[in-house]
Amino acid sequence: MLKIIHMNVNGKEVELAVDIRESLADTLRDRLGLTSVKKGCGVGECGACTVLVDGTSVDSCIYLTVWAEGKRVLTVEGLRSGDGGLTPIQQAFIDEAAVQCGFCTPGLIMTAVELSGTGKTYTRDELRRLISGHLCRCTGYENILNAFEKIFGKNPKT
Amino acid sequence: MYDLKNIYYPESPEEAVRMLEADENSVLVCGGTDVLIRIREGRLAGVSLVSLNDMRELKRMERESDGTIHIGPAVTFSALSDDPLIREYLPPLGEAAGTVGGPQIRNMGTIGGNICNGATSADTASMLKALNARLVLLGSGGEREISIHDFYTGPGRTVRRREEVLTDIRVAREDYEDMYGAYIKYGKRDAMEIATLGCAVLARTDTDKTHIRDIRIAYGVAAPTPIRCFQTEEALRGRPIDAALFARLRRDVLSEVSPRSSWRASKTFRIQLVKELGERALRQALARAGVPDILKGGGGHA
Ligand SMILES: Cc1cc2nc3c(=O)[nH]c(=O)nc-3n(C[C@H](O)[C@H](O)[C@H](O)COP(=O)(O)OP(=O)(O)OC[C@H]3O[C@@H](n4cnc5c(N)ncnc54)[C@H](O)[C@@H]3O)c2cc1C
Ligand code: FES
Ligand code: FES
Repeated sequence: MLKIIHMNVNGKEVELAVDIRESLADTLRDRLGLTSVKKGCGVGECGACTVLVDGTSVDSCIYLTVWAEGKRVLTVEGLRSGDGGLTPIQQAFIDEAAVQCGFCTPGLIMTAVELSGTGKTYTRDELRRLISGHLCRCTGYENILNAFEKIFGKNPKT
Repeated sequence: MYDLKNIYYPESPEEAVRMLEADENSVLVCGGTDVLIRIREGRLAGVSLVSLNDMRELKRMERESDGTIHIGPAVTFSALSDDPLIREYLPPLGEAAGTVGGPQIRNMGTIGGNICNGATSADTASMLKALNARLVLLGSGGEREISIHDFYTGPGRTVRRREEVLTDIRVAREDYEDMYGAYIKYGKRDAMEIATLGCAVLARTDTDKTHIRDIRIAYGVAAPTPIRCFQTEEALRGRPIDAALFARLRRDVLSEVSPRSSWRASKTFRIQLVKELGERALRQALARAGVPDILKGGGGHA
């Protein structure tokens, strides 16, 4: 069954017909071509599909698209710094070599964007807890934490 | 694609009840972090959903003039932990909510879904048992208010009828005032892990902080449903806070729990956890109540 829904995706108002059985991850990937949204497990365990809905991180694989009616959805494709380049957190991932295969990266970046909204700084242990909804098979997390610490750390390394 | 037939969008809990009645094949969904997984696994395939997701009326947080705190069942774990009323009056409940899953699951999953799924592992359930929470269920015949102690009937089962909506969770003033508490969850990992065992303790001391005035001990995964250890509590009430208190707790709780072996842990290990987490949670609760030098210890007497 199709339903027309309205949402703001990456700053643009979209109106589209979706199947009521669709997850937001499927809609973003298959209907809107936003393939930064990765599907790892499909059951809320890995965080690869993390996007922001009204500024809050959710696993889009277990979020029905119809729930996003009237909401703002943000994916990595919607990130841009003032000069059109990478955002500081994206640059920090590159500088700290926090990316290997890259499958977990977009989800982690979205968690970082959510944190940047709070304007707070965090200890490494707090950051560990804050990224605990993401699985990374490659990096062992240390470089990811280094990147997070560079942006949100209590004593940011320069 | 989820294997579901239809989704209904009620505007109010009353309308949700009517929709559930009209379609026998329908179930409630709120955050969806259980229901959608069950659909994915095929255990609920082909159902229709009546969606309470984000329903404003079910997200109300309020403290009445008599001190009763109302918790909206559709409040997410994150919103609960951050809520000013919870921070001021029910911090142990916020602590329990903070142990669920990971950040994204806490942004989606709700406290109402946590108890209505009937799971013994539900992290907020044992704390709500310690708090003597009362649950308001709205059905076709109107509302009924029941104690959480009468809610669970077995693993994954509760007295809630399919067409009943949980509309309010109530905690009375005498169940939180001057009470200090702790929730300890044991899992193989610190995050994204269902509890191997969970323990919620609340305690109230006398004014000079040498005796237990009131105590509540509740466990998750120590039995087919979340449980309270009423007899142990009775035996500990009024006792001086000393080594004998903890020894007694470790001994007495064992007659009230009935843990099982599962792929997560053996029965023997769970029994060890029951004793250990019980003592540790009580020590933490007492430390928060202002009892000096109480955190160390534990593990001495197996
Ligand atoms: C990756 C992952 C990790 C998890 N980790 C944990 C964990 O650590 N600890 C834990 O306790 N749980 C955990 N869970 C389980 C789940 O997130 C929680 O139980 C959560 O509280 C469910 O809430 P929900 O709103 O998402 O429930 P839903 O899936 O929407 O509903 C759950 C059940 O409650 C019923 N229901 C929901 N709201 C109402 C209402 N207002 N009135 C009547 N019935 C209602 C539904 O019909 C359904 O039977 C995890 C789940 C996932 C996917
Ligand atoms: S794909 Fe959504 S959490 Fe794994
Ligand atoms: S870089 Fe490969 S999963 Fe994280």
